[in-house]
Amino acid sequence: MVGVGMTVQRSSRRDVTGVELINEAVRAALSDAAMTRKDIDAVVIGNMDHFEGINYVDTWSVDGSGALGKPVMKMTTGGTTGTTVAMGAYYHVASGMFDRVLAIGWEKNSESDTTGAIITAFDPFWDRPTFGGAVAGLALEATQYMAETGASEEDAAYVAVRDRKNALNNPYAHLRMELTIQAIMETPYLAWPVKLGDMCPRTDGACALVFASEDVADDFPNPPAWVRGLADRHLWAYTSDPYVNQKVKGGTWFPAMEMATRELYDRVGITDPLEQFDVAELYLPYSFAGLRYMESLGFCERGGGPELVRSGATDMGGKCPVNPSGGVLSSNAIGATGLLRVAEAALQMQGRAGDRQVQGASLALATGFGGCYWSDEIVLGSEMPDVGRG
Amino acid sequence: MSDGGVKRMYLVVESGQAEQPFRWSAGTYGSRFLTAIRDDGTFTGIKCPKCGHVYVPLRRVCGPCFTEMTELVPVSNEGTLVTFSVVSFGFVDPSTGKHRAVPYGYAVIKLDGADSYLIHFIDETDPAKMKAGDRVRAVFEDEGERTGSMLDIKHFELV
Ligand SMILES: [Zn+2]
Repeated sequence: MVGVGMTVQRSSRRDVTGVELINEAVRAALSDAAMTRKDIDAVVIGNMDHFEGINYVDTWSVDGSGALGKPVMKMTTGGTTGTTVAMGAYYHVASGMFDRVLAIGWEKNSESDTTGAIITAFDPFWDRPTFGGAVAGLALEATQYMAETGASEEDAAYVAVRDRKNALNNPYAHLRMELTIQAIMETPYLAWPVKLGDMCPRTDGACALVFASEDVADDFPNPPAWVRGLADRHLWAYTSDPYVNQKVKGGTWFPAMEMATRELYDRVGITDPLEQFDVAELYLPYSFAGLRYMESLGFCERGGGPELVRSGATDMGGKCPVNPSGGVLSSNAIGATGLLRVAEAALQMQGRAGDRQVQGASLALATGFGGCYWSDEIVLGSEMPDVGRG
Repeated sequence: MSDGGVKRMYLVVESGQAEQPFRWSAGTYGSRFLTAIRDDGTFTGIKCPKCGHVYVPLRRVCGPCFTEMTELVPVSNEGTLVTFSVVSFGFVDPSTGKHRAVPYGYAVIKLDGADSYLIHFIDETDPAKMKAGDRVRAVFEDEGERTGSMLDIKHFELV
């Protein structure tokens, strides 16, 4: 990755249309890589159509995306859209067919009701009549997590406090605030045990990243951030299936994440993620994810999430700071969100993350979460990998 | 600039009361499942010939085995609570265009005789009164009121 561009993340960007928002991020990324539109060989773009009610972003955005007259492919996989776009751009380059590929993720969540739109992504017979969108779906998981581990709502609130405090260092973040656990606890329940303060906001924003082949990686002004490995798993048909899969796969929390993690860590050589990763940008859509997903990502034992985060190991200055950018709990323009995780991890690897930089970071984990417990995971490094090349 | 100023400067165009009705095929097995609820007030499962997993609601393919299923098996109207929430935030249900009535209990339920789970309403809005493993039973809409949808199940209730 040789160029990064992002818009400021805001609750509403009435001053721009979708294509204009996309263009802001694309121009920033091209400028960052000292490129012009004509240097781009192909474009991969993604969002979730039903949030804006306008289909086919691959076609109507070409003026702003830079895809005019070039190969373009749309990818959309729910919440994981942004990480899938990054993976798609990586595959384009890794195939050897393209040297410079633009990855774009964006959303204008202000243009519709997020819960209503999310419900329409689910099965019309079995799920939609009773489903209450991401908030209700995640609450089922939080209830189970608390019942089985003894974790508290305060433990989860710690994660929301941490991420939003980190966002104070990120001028692009949407919610930037110093809060207390007590303040989160006093917010109203949206779906017990999940409160307003536990949930991500809905955001308008865009992100663009330039992927380059190793043959041309030195042609840009900034040092590249290297993709060291990636993996993704999708296991789901209906909203209740993740709980069935827990049994099928031997009583684990989050089988898709655990399967992807095993494959990725084996490939990259990760045996102790807390020690080996210098920083992580994780798709934590609500506070409880910052406990439970740490377990599925191997940062601690099952049930160890609360102790891990309360030890300060994931704070800025800790062993492996999580979400120096403020993460999804601070900004969630859904189609951009996963790509922002990758972009933020890339900036960390390049040493260009400004006030949110983890000093000396050379290995990072970025993840995407979406659909119904899908998992995309990418390891980035500051050095070129010595395997999988040629 | 005040919010009011922003709103005057940047226009938004509303889609209006858009209606775009769809007509989804429930398929052979989905139809069997829904008609058994509508006509008899009973649940049906489908069993994988390879792994023996019984799915509710019905589906035609066992994903892990990637085999076609054909054997219908009866499944109980009672089961256990796997996990739950109490939904209290207001939102417009895109299927009806109306606000979903809140608060409502929302639960993952394992019916006796099934290996997969159902998701539905639970008739309890106090989280302190429910826990995983609690016994539950389906309450159906009155006969004659049922239309062949999951909402023919009014909710589940704690036994
Ligand atoms: Zn099977």
